[in-house]
Amino acid sequence: MSEPVLQVRALSVDIRGGGDRTSAVANVSFDVAPGEMVCLVGESGSGKSVTASSVMGLLNTANLRLSEGSIKLCGEELVGASKARLRELRGSRMAMVFQEPMTALNPVHRVGDQIAEVLRTHSRGMTRKQIRARVLELMRDVYLPEPERLQYSYPNQLSGGQRQRIVIAMALALKPALIIADEPTTALDVTTQAQILSLLRGLQTRYKTGVLFITHDLGVVAEIADRAIVMQSGRIVEEGPALEVLTRPKHRYTRMLLDALPVAVARPPRFEPDAPIVLAVKDLTKTYDERSLFRKSRSTKAVDGVSFDLRRGEIVGVVGESGSGKSTLARCIARLITVSDGRVEASGSDVAKLPNRSLSGYRRKLQMVFQDPYRSLNPRMTVAQLIGEGMANIGLSQREANERTRRLLDLIGLDHSVTSRYPHQFSGGQRQRICIARALAMEPEILIADEAVSALDVSVQAQVLDLLEDLRSRLNLAVIFITHDLRVAARICDTVAVMHRGKIVEYGRAVDVFAAPQHEYTKQLFAAAPGTDVLGQMVRH
Amino acid sequence: MTVTTMLDRPAAHSAKTIWRNTTVVIGMTVMVSLILISVFVPVIYGVDPNDIVPIQRLKPPSVEHIFGTDAFGRDIAARVLYGGRVSLLMGALVAFFAITVGTLIGVISGYFRALDQVLMRIMDGLMVIPGILLAIALVAVSGASVRTLIFAITVPEIPRVARLVRGIVLSLREEAYVEAAIGLGTPVYKILWRHILPNTFGPLIVQATYVAASAVITEAALSFLGAGLSTDIPTWGNIIAEGRMYFRIAPWIIAFPGLFLAMMVLSINLLGDGLRDVLDPKSSFSGRT
Repeated sequence: MSEPVLQVRALSVDIRGGGDRTSAVANVSFDVAPGEMVCLVGESGSGKSVTASSVMGLLNTANLRLSEGSIKLCGEELVGASKARLRELRGSRMAMVFQEPMTALNPVHRVGDQIAEVLRTHSRGMTRKQIRARVLELMRDVYLPEPERLQYSYPNQLSGGQRQRIVIAMALALKPALIIADEPTTALDVTTQAQILSLLRGLQTRYKTGVLFITHDLGVVAEIADRAIVMQSGRIVEEGPALEVLTRPKHRYTRMLLDALPVAVARPPRFEPDAPIVLAVKDLTKTYDERSLFRKSRSTKAVDGVSFDLRRGEIVGVVGESGSGKSTLARCIARLITVSDGRVEASGSDVAKLPNRSLSGYRRKLQMVFQDPYRSLNPRMTVAQLIGEGMANIGLSQREANERTRRLLDLIGLDHSVTSRYPHQFSGGQRQRICIARALAMEPEILIADEAVSALDVSVQAQVLDLLEDLRSRLNLAVIFITHDLRVAARICDTVAVMHRGKIVEYGRAVDVFAAPQHEYTKQLFAAAPGTDVLGQMVRH
Repeated sequence: MTVTTMLDRPAAHSAKTIWRNTTVVIGMTVMVSLILISVFVPVIYGVDPNDIVPIQRLKPPSVEHIFGTDAFGRDIAARVLYGGRVSLLMGALVAFFAITVGTLIGVISGYFRALDQVLMRIMDGLMVIPGILLAIALVAVSGASVRTLIFAITVPEIPRVARLVRGIVLSLREEAYVEAAIGLGTPVYKILWRHILPNTFGPLIVQATYVAASAVITEAALSFLGAGLSTDIPTWGNIIAEGRMYFRIAPWIIAFPGLFLAMMVLSINLLGDGLRDVLDPKSSFSGRT
């Protein structure tokens, strides 16, 4: 094998004034060969991003310090290299692709100019004409349509996938030996993700670039990696050819990650088919009107004629990509926003058009758990106050509320002593449990979980899903589970509704939909899920 | 926006870092000493600021009159120290009223969209009138007293506070935990009181310091222009105004109250800047030394 483009040896990064851990990365060594795709996998806090920043020389020195080790890029030592030299190398020999393409691009410059800027700063001697030509060539390389026109666009005029393509074009501009991609597809929809992954794979083979790909998603690893490195708490626990790591994991942690991964094979419904209907949604429509003084007003249908029934004890999954209207649907049903048209029937009455003040009875019956557990808890309230808020609203005495809070803490698996603590003292998974407890405190019949596990690591995700499953069977809850993640939907849902552009395009028992999708869009969506082949095989093993 | 990131910051954490910020410590020390001196003048400096001693006219600083005397032979040191009481009282009360009223208006127009347009247009209207002119007009109509002055200085400060709070509330009402509270059936007044108001405190404390500093200056300016309190209640502004005529032969009359005014305003502003750095995580690293 030829000389590796990247050679990391015994890298250690210390956390200054760190609490429970003194090092973010401890004794990490690995190589990236030319034209090789190496995936660094791990959950949040595993040190994968810190490793990447160390290589780029972009460590946040306020609280992290590279204490030991060597990083060689094409044989040149980077540890201790001057800032000027590092700046020179960044862009020309190594480049980075970030998670969020919108923040990686400057919103006030045209995308073509931003690619040109990379060329101008690093390769002097190119004429204006040559630069123009190269920009167009790069944009064609990343398969952007109509580069001649698109180069004059601003980042906000492009879609998320197109923006990420621009960022990749910028990274490729100087034909670097190494590209570091830090969760480059995490913020994208599955179908876009699939396109970007195949694009990266193709370009990498063509440009013979070594890629260090950082991800938390084992599906992505299965899709593109040559080699996989699994990290846990700052250490490498397993390393090897991707297929081998995924199919024959040696380390306990890797096995745990793989087991925690929901499998895209649905189970048959687990609720009584003739259970009473607790919620009936009929032709629900939400229209957003864009009023304008000078132009004709436009209206957009975010949710367009959606109908479904929810029975006691049923978990219905609403799946779809961003912009499909699934969150708007949830907010309409929860009456957090007004409904434009249609009916939402709960215990015989239509709540779709009720004014806010008449909704208290309905609010009690229907509770919601939100996507981001970091933002859905008021940072200035204690756990007892958070869980107790709803109970105080329905007039429960302090004693009863405390009693119920304790029972709920048992239910979600947290200790009673946590009641006086604040949200920031908990991990993401624990916070999401508190959110669930807060919702359950109202003893609802219906729970809406809006992307409730999307912000969590897979192992934590598994725990929260288990908890929801357990609660469903114990309390006979009806759940509307909104997610973009098909594997999660397959794992927990009895019935599935696939949404696309505000409409439900497919609706049926999860087993049927997953086994034999009927609608064209559903098929596309399923095909795009990363790592379906490899991980699918594993299930059969 | 800075506001949303601020919310993620645990409250206990920032209380500790406040004292690590040099700017805050310096501002706080100077301000607290000025407050203590003003409160305890009668005890620590037993000279009557209105004691007229014609024989001691326009004396430069000396052992018995450390800041010198004015045209009526009154002791400048006593006048400056007593003047500090008025200035501080003005600063504190104006900041208090402006923040209270401004927050009320801001929260209401930020949370209730229907009232927003009306209230904000009124605020815009107020902002159009130069503060000092409004104050002079009010004083001209109802005569100079501490109460009118506070009212006159407070009114022009309200729109700024209201706009600030409205902006914060607009972004807070989109927070997931506010939505969650609505979902729990929490009544509106409780949402405002428990979820929204506490999260406006950080920026408001900072704003309060600026309002206080500007009130001290406005009061001095009004006194200087003759629209302030009469000279038997010494204020930094009217001491300077009186000293204006003798500036060439007795510069100390203006110098000392000017110095105190500058120190006071500077210390309040330092405190405000420091607090802004500490309370806003985006700039907290640069502010810490």
